[in-house]
Amino acid sequence: MNDAVHARPGRLIRAPENFLGAGEVRAVFAGRREFMRRAFASASAAVLTPAALAQANPVPAGGGDPNILNLPAHSTGLGQPVATDGYGKPSKYEANVQRRQSPGLTQTRQSSVSFAPLQSLFGIVTPSGLHFERHHQGWWDIDPSKHRLMINGADPKLLKAPKVFTMDELMRLPSVSRFHFIECGANSGMEWGNVAVPTCQYTHGMLSCSEFTGVPLKILLDLAGVDFKRARYLLAEGADGSSMTRTLPMERVESGEVLVAYGSNGEMLRPENGYPLRLVVPGVQGVSWVKYLRRIEVGDKPYGSKDEVLHYIDLMPGGLHRQYTSTQECKSVVTTPSGGQVLLDKGYYQIGGLAWSGRGKVRKVDVTVDGGRNWKVARLQEPVMDKCLTRFTLDWAWDGQPALVQSRATDDTGYVQPTYRQLRAVRGSRSIYHNNAIQTWLVEANGEVRNVQLS
Amino acid sequence: MSSCRSGLMLLAALPLLAAAQHVAYPGIGRDATPREIAAWDIDVRPDFKGLPKGAGTVAQGQVLWEAQCASCHGVFGESNEVFQPIVGGTSAADIKTGRVAHLRDNSYPGRTTLMKLSTLSTLWDYIHRAMPWTNPKTLRPDEVYAVTAYILHLGGVVPADYALSDANIADTQKLLPNRNGMTTDHALWPGPKRATRPDVAATACMRDCATEPKVASLLPDHARNAHGNLAEQNRAVGAQRGAQTATAAPPPAAKAADEGAAALLANKHGCVACHGLENKILGPSFRDIAKAYGARTDAVAHLSGKIRAGSSGVWGAIPMPPQTLGEADAKAIAQWLAAGARK
Repeated sequence: MNDAVHARPGRLIRAPENFLGAGEVRAVFAGRREFMRRAFASASAAVLTPAALAQANPVPAGGGDPNILNLPAHSTGLGQPVATDGYGKPSKYEANVQRRQSPGLTQTRQSSVSFAPLQSLFGIVTPSGLHFERHHQGWWDIDPSKHRLMINGADPKLLKAPKVFTMDELMRLPSVSRFHFIECGANSGMEWGNVAVPTCQYTHGMLSCSEFTGVPLKILLDLAGVDFKRARYLLAEGADGSSMTRTLPMERVESGEVLVAYGSNGEMLRPENGYPLRLVVPGVQGVSWVKYLRRIEVGDKPYGSKDEVLHYIDLMPGGLHRQYTSTQECKSVVTTPSGGQVLLDKGYYQIGGLAWSGRGKVRKVDVTVDGGRNWKVARLQEPVMDKCLTRFTLDWAWDGQPALVQSRATDDTGYVQPTYRQLRAVRGSRSIYHNNAIQTWLVEANGEVRNVQLS
Repeated sequence: MSSCRSGLMLLAALPLLAAAQHVAYPGIGRDATPREIAAWDIDVRPDFKGLPKGAGTVAQGQVLWEAQCASCHGVFGESNEVFQPIVGGTSAADIKTGRVAHLRDNSYPGRTTLMKLSTLSTLWDYIHRAMPWTNPKTLRPDEVYAVTAYILHLGGVVPADYALSDANIADTQKLLPNRNGMTTDHALWPGPKRATRPDVAATACMRDCATEPKVASLLPDHARNAHGNLAEQNRAVGAQRGAQTATAAPPPAAKAADEGAAALLANKHGCVACHGLENKILGPSFRDIAKAYGARTDAVAHLSGKIRAGSSGVWGAIPMPPQTLGEADAKAIAQWLAAGARK
């Protein structure tokens, strides 16, 4: 087998950009044979080697690839008819791409989390069926004809008239569709103290991004005649068992960006994500995007709800908890290559990942492969939108040596994503919430990528 | 000319129309009735605005607790088997200072509800709106006062003969061990009393940056497969594959013909909050129940009876309360259990 691999022609592709100089690329080509020997010398039965995983693409002895020479059934037969499946599904070959629980994180599946498979996603939109889930008391599929949204006041003088809206009425109002990320405040929370989970699905997968459609909440508050001078806060409340409540400062609503949303990625919200109605609060942690939204109460003080007093509070080194922490600060993560993956071979790769900021747009993403000593500016893929995931890429020719891959985002306020050392110096390591530190992936010489933290 | 003039008059009237905002979208929405508002407006603020009148004693709370709360939270509110513990970690000194000393101690494991609770309204509101977990909003206000009083008593905040009421709740608030433990002085929200600049200031060094890329933390080899086989969690085509972390291929999942129906019932009635299919949560797994009782000739009658009447002392210290489901559903679940609890 070793001989067969060694006989394969080189598959290295020159990096389109000069991340590696011409001399470095020659060195990579020259060193390839030596690398393969080392890789195989260290290979064991338990660990698959890169070459064993690779889809080999040599010219076989017969002078051609049987996949080309022998026409397959799909080229010589009749395929399936239209509307075989009224709502199409992914290919059966994509069965590995699933949202998943982190074993042992929660004891029940109704008050729990599933993580989006970021390592397998392209672009910036999360397919609705892969959107991460967070439920506090289980999810429901609610009949939209019976769902109501009420707007009232903590005291009657805070608005002209309390209101009730049906879904039909809400969907008649002027709508907007906007792309935004949603990230749980506890995303990466397991990693505050040390490495705890193996892949970016579990380190960063409480993150999704969709095009949301709905009515600006400001329109509804205007319809109720809210006194914005006195009503500086509101409470959003869900209709599920937990009747989740969160306080929103009115500043966020007055900007017009908070939506009462029913649509996501061109269709209605999925039940797991709040069908038929949820709040969309751009830039703010997911717990404030109340699902199954049934009521908005305007008030003159914050509400101190369960998820503002007992959870979603950030413990600081002096023993105080920060309350009402909700803005998701600038953050990024390399999703390919990332933890738990194995590179197929050395040579060209596109390093790819996601960057976002709850304060605005991503201005710049830098990528390092040497653990942060030297950085290159990554390409930002258009569109780059406000409080939305931004895809970045960088060309990389892997030379077969261990590499420490990181990304570092800067947003348009000038805020730079910190290292773990910088973050912990201020916040300690027991915060649970709002971990936006730079993520490091170690690419080992055998091609396997591991989640690591540096010091 | 006259039509032109009336047009101008209409234009002049527009700002007035905009001021009367509810005509902007005629036909959309209606006024909420007082009964509707009363049915949904249940929130209680830290200043106790919204709190219904009522009272409940520690003794009444204990009865409710053991019947409806202890199965998840433990008899003394100390259990971490299903949720984080409610009671523990606070002291009499904390009640004096309003700051929980253990929160300053990096080595103290875990944080209980009473260690964090800074506003008593929060506890009352949450029990009222969301508890018991499988039957939320079934406790009357007096019962919520009683359960709240019992929790405070378990934490040593109020004595055994305490009665909590709308009249004394503001004074009781002044006893909370962590009442002074919160700050809003940070830049992660736009509210008052806050820092205006982010607390962490990093710079974007590009070349020869001062850092020692020494690996300080990584998953040990024995944890490689702790999240399942990573080879099965990555796309099977593309630039990378998932690492093969399983030492042996898992057996294919067996599917039974009658899958679904009874398991769905177990889900519908909230059984799965305490029983996993294959894993113990608070109660035994469905499979373990099936193993223990499946061979009995009266298994179906015995199990459906246990489901409806409750059970204690067989699988552990925590009792299963009587369940409110109908006889037919209980029997269907019992039949499924007796037949092996197949998925």
